[in-house]
Amino acid sequence: MSTVKLTVNGKSVSATVEDRTLLVHLLRENLNLTGTHVGCDTSQCGACIVHIDGKAVKSCTTLVGQIDGANVTTIEGIAKGDQLHPMQAAFRDNHGLQCGYCTPGMIMSAIDIVNRHAGDLDEETVRHELEGNICRCTGYHNIVKSVLDAAGRMKVAQAAE
Amino acid sequence: MYETTYHRPASIDEAAALFAKHPEAKYLAGGHTLIPVMKQRLAAPSDVIDLAKIKDLIGIEATSDALIIKAATTYYDITQSAAAKKAIPAIVHLTSVLGDPAVRYRGTVGGSIANNDPAADYPAAVLALNATIKTNKREIKGDDFFQGLFSTALEEDEIITSVSFPIPAKAGYAKMRHPASRFALTAVFVAQTKSGEVRVAATGASQSGVMRVPAIEAALKANWSAGALDGVKISADGLMGDIHGSAEYRANLIKVMAQRAVDAAG
Amino acid sequence: MGVEGIGARVARKEDKRFITGRGRYVDDVKIVGLTHAHFIRSPHAHAKVKGIDASAAKDMPGVVDVLTAQQLVDDKIGNLICGWAVSSKDGTPMKMGAWPAMAPDTVRFVGQAVAVVIAETKNQAKDAAEAVVVTYEELPAVSSMTAALASGAPQLHPEAPGNVVYDWAIGDEKLTNDAFSKAANVVSLDLTNNRLVPNAMEPRAAVAEYDEAEEHFTLHTTSQNPHVARLVLSAFYNVAQEHKLRVIAPDVGGGFGSKIFIYPEEMVALWASKKVRRPVKWTGDRTEAFLTDAHGRDHISHAEMAFDANNKILGLRVKTHANFGAYMSLFSSSVPTYLYATLLSGQYNIPTIYAEVMGVYTNTTPVDAYRGAGRPEASYLVERLMETSARQLKVDPAELRRLNFVTQFPHQTPVIMAYDIGDFGASLDAALKAIDYAGFPARKAKAKAAGKLRGLGFSCYIEACGIAPSKAVGSLGAGVGLWESAEVRVNPVGTIEVLTGSHSHGQGHETTFAQLVADRLGISVDQVQIVHGDTDKVQFGMGTYGSRSAAVGMSAIFKAMEKVEAKAKKIAAHLLEASEGDIVIENGEFKVAGTDKAIALPMVALAAYTAHNLPDGMEPGLKEGAFYDPTNFTFPAGAYICEVEIDPGTGKTDIVDFVAVDDFGRLINPMIVEGQVHGGLAQGIGQAMLESAIYDDNGQPVTASFMDYAMPRADDVPSFRVSHTTTLCPGNPLGVKGCGEAGAIGSSPAVINAITDALGHNKIEMPATPGRVWEALQLQQAAE
Repeated sequence: MSTVKLTVNGKSVSATVEDRTLLVHLLRENLNLTGTHVGCDTSQCGACIVHIDGKAVKSCTTLVGQIDGANVTTIEGIAKGDQLHPMQAAFRDNHGLQCGYCTPGMIMSAIDIVNRHAGDLDEETVRHELEGNICRCTGYHNIVKSVLDAAGRMKVAQAAE
Repeated sequence: MYETTYHRPASIDEAAALFAKHPEAKYLAGGHTLIPVMKQRLAAPSDVIDLAKIKDLIGIEATSDALIIKAATTYYDITQSAAAKKAIPAIVHLTSVLGDPAVRYRGTVGGSIANNDPAADYPAAVLALNATIKTNKREIKGDDFFQGLFSTALEEDEIITSVSFPIPAKAGYAKMRHPASRFALTAVFVAQTKSGEVRVAATGASQSGVMRVPAIEAALKANWSAGALDGVKISADGLMGDIHGSAEYRANLIKVMAQRAVDAAG
Repeated sequence: MGVEGIGARVARKEDKRFITGRGRYVDDVKIVGLTHAHFIRSPHAHAKVKGIDASAAKDMPGVVDVLTAQQLVDDKIGNLICGWAVSSKDGTPMKMGAWPAMAPDTVRFVGQAVAVVIAETKNQAKDAAEAVVVTYEELPAVSSMTAALASGAPQLHPEAPGNVVYDWAIGDEKLTNDAFSKAANVVSLDLTNNRLVPNAMEPRAAVAEYDEAEEHFTLHTTSQNPHVARLVLSAFYNVAQEHKLRVIAPDVGGGFGSKIFIYPEEMVALWASKKVRRPVKWTGDRTEAFLTDAHGRDHISHAEMAFDANNKILGLRVKTHANFGAYMSLFSSSVPTYLYATLLSGQYNIPTIYAEVMGVYTNTTPVDAYRGAGRPEASYLVERLMETSARQLKVDPAELRRLNFVTQFPHQTPVIMAYDIGDFGASLDAALKAIDYAGFPARKAKAKAAGKLRGLGFSCYIEACGIAPSKAVGSLGAGVGLWESAEVRVNPVGTIEVLTGSHSHGQGHETTFAQLVADRLGISVDQVQIVHGDTDKVQFGMGTYGSRSAAVGMSAIFKAMEKVEAKAKKIAAHLLEASEGDIVIENGEFKVAGTDKAIALPMVALAAYTAHNLPDGMEPGLKEGAFYDPTNFTFPAGAYICEVEIDPGTGKTDIVDFVAVDDFGRLINPMIVEGQVHGGLAQGIGQAMLESAIYDDNGQPVTASFMDYAMPRADDVPSFRVSHTTTLCPGNPLGVKGCGEAGAIGSSPAVINAITDALGHNKIEMPATPGRVWEALQLQQAAE
């Protein structure tokens, strides 16, 4: 057992857990942040993606010890109050989700994609960059559309800031 | 996953000392090889020694002769490195088609080559460029490092500290991805050294892991062009055959990927 | 209010919780005192269970209990059942082998459970599971249908000699043989329809709780049909009494058929919650999903089509072997028979059809309905055969189809189905135009100049949805009726709750169903709440599968709405002192036609509940229920055209264009309909190019994770060009047909037809992986 301290969605958190605890389980079981999901055992589906120090990482493949002291953002932490993150809004407006299970990981991944490419995105790039996220419902068509839409919105939002 | 004890040493020496104390320990870098295996209960290290935060293991530098990537440098940092792009763009390309973006944020060069997965990307670059693997104990040439499936010249307690890739005159990498795992179904790294030597390594193809391809090397030595490989016939003997591709298909891919790598190298 | 009514692209009401991480799936459920279950599963495909020693495990940290199969037997828990009786052509009933939820004496597939550990944490349950010693005596296994049917093959079930489930047939054999004897041309084809794993992204899960004082169970489970689950768990499995069992299917992360069935894990979790007197949670991992979720497809067929000298079809003859896996899953028997062979007429006038289907047991995971269920297998067979015929007869594939299209409706096929309406030519025309068919030769030539092989393939599919008229399916052996229920509650303040027996696990019912109500009353969808997925809240209903929720589920809501509106109009007329016949509903108001007299819906609702001033003899309240039983199946149909380019060096196929033109009847929310098509197309393309569940000769699964089973990713599929033609379904009040499965049904033949066109020959099976395409190209080169 070890005690880890980290910041989750802006709040300081401390938990004493077995060393074998994965970040996704810390979030879901100890912190009741159940928006982060588990969809596979092989680090491939991306349903568990969260941001660690601003980077989209698979929380199912991260031991809590590895992120002691880190800053974690989950799907629950990206809206500002009632104001959705532009990526969340784009997924809703473009019907970028159906069952919703892969959606949190998709959105966290997609924000990271836009951040890295700074608005310089096309369909092919988005499809390649989504390699680590599996969706069984949408055929990806509207997810790709959502990401491209959000890239524009995020650019506008950044310009406004 | 079995219960384990996690350690985060601050230095290479501290990491080695921890390993000496816990002989059933495993080193962890990005965790994207070890943690999935631990989750499946196929590995049961008593202790996990995390190398990812050791400052001496992180960084990229290029000299006039070599690109030196410290072992715990993440793939993402390599793709962002101007020095790497200038020194050996083929390595940056290889890194950009490895895993997926989330994996590239965590995965490390050291982790990849220490594991020597027969379908991993980095072993192809290490072997084709005959890179030098530096550890906390010694230096090992790429030619001597890989010893068959998931097997290397490393001792259990040895820590890779950096990999030094000689800067070639030309190099290229082409990969046919495995449709499910996205590892290499077959990928080929071609290099022409500054002294004019041609070295070609294929990953994902052989039953015994990364391998040199002498027939292609000879043809490219005579004529560095994709067309020079048209008549080359690669034997399927010793190549992997499975539901995703027969040995004959992989033999074909070695040639085709080599041609595309040559085109990419220019 | 057109903005949010029928036909409007309303953004989904349910999305807010999903995009903010506030969806509530089964694994998110937390209950005080919760324990965790981990199943001990057979590593062998076929073995006798000689003994289970759990003594060491029971002493391990956190272990609450270890329960074994024998205890299930001792507690008289029933075996799993197949709920659709199908008889062989000789009249004998199907041969159902006994399937206990955990195997007390024989395991018949890798992954079958023999015991379960209940512990304080999941990790402790897994730790202890390793200390349970199960002694097996391995038996020879059969992993393919060929091996299972060979003489002297190992036998799975004493009930099923020769490993045969049934030997079934449909159609007129003599008439069909006569047609073939008169044929000018006969085209034949051997086909494999590859086994698929549904892989909904949310793994199956169950949380079971037992209230000792009330002798009452609550089960949260990943189900597409919670009432059916409750019925089966009580009436057949004897785990709980129906009135003492609440089944809740909250947010469910995709189903695609795999969550229709009632699996061993939820049975055991329920039973165990009473045994250990603690709530029990089981959440499957992806490996367990590969091993235990019902698989789909897995047919081997030989098909022949007879043509006259004018290329008109004279008859169709089909022989299919269908792999059932080790046991008969809940609706397995119907899939390769009534959901498959009844669609073999496709979009065509075929005077006579004879199809034989043999069901076969193998030591593999059970097979049942997966998106499309039988209909993809039928459309794959018919559309591969049409394309092959066109090439052999040297006719344009579009023209061969057009020549044989059914154009008069209703149309009785020789295989039960009576198509009510359609315009197959219209869909084909639209697809040809969209793809620029005339420009294809130029595109092919251009690709060739660039070293690529370009091909174009058609698929003109038809399917039967809106499952199903109860009397008709009853006569075919179904153990249940397939109507749907609804209740519309107008609250005293005028907001509305709709309780539906349908279940949404991605389909967007909370929006589309609300649009129907909004449309009829002229109110906002925000004033309507759709309630589903909880047997304590919702009246008995049949659930969601077979693209039935719009055609059947919404029709039930339509009927209930009509009753509500009739009563509300009576109240409004009474309050407005007008004649009931003059009342019209507009923009949330009840108006006297042609006057400015009106009363708002909330006032009518309030009047209904205060009951101070109602027409004489009227009961208070404003709430009505309805059951809707369809009179026929619905028949969505369409034309898909796929264009591919093959890289001959690697065999890699890129879909460069995909056009889908569907006729779903009336569209309630086109945005959601398009989303359903996109998803179905990706699954059909996945089947055609990527996915395949493989077993080795010993019955060991080779593809039990995403490392080996290739799921379609974003860069495996293109953006799709989706459009619609419309003939309104005459069979239901909304004119809807259903759209959930079409993409998966129609797309795989289009892809393979395009690949075979590019290859120049027909020797390729699904999935057409780069390796297989490359091998197929070598065949061609060898031939040249």
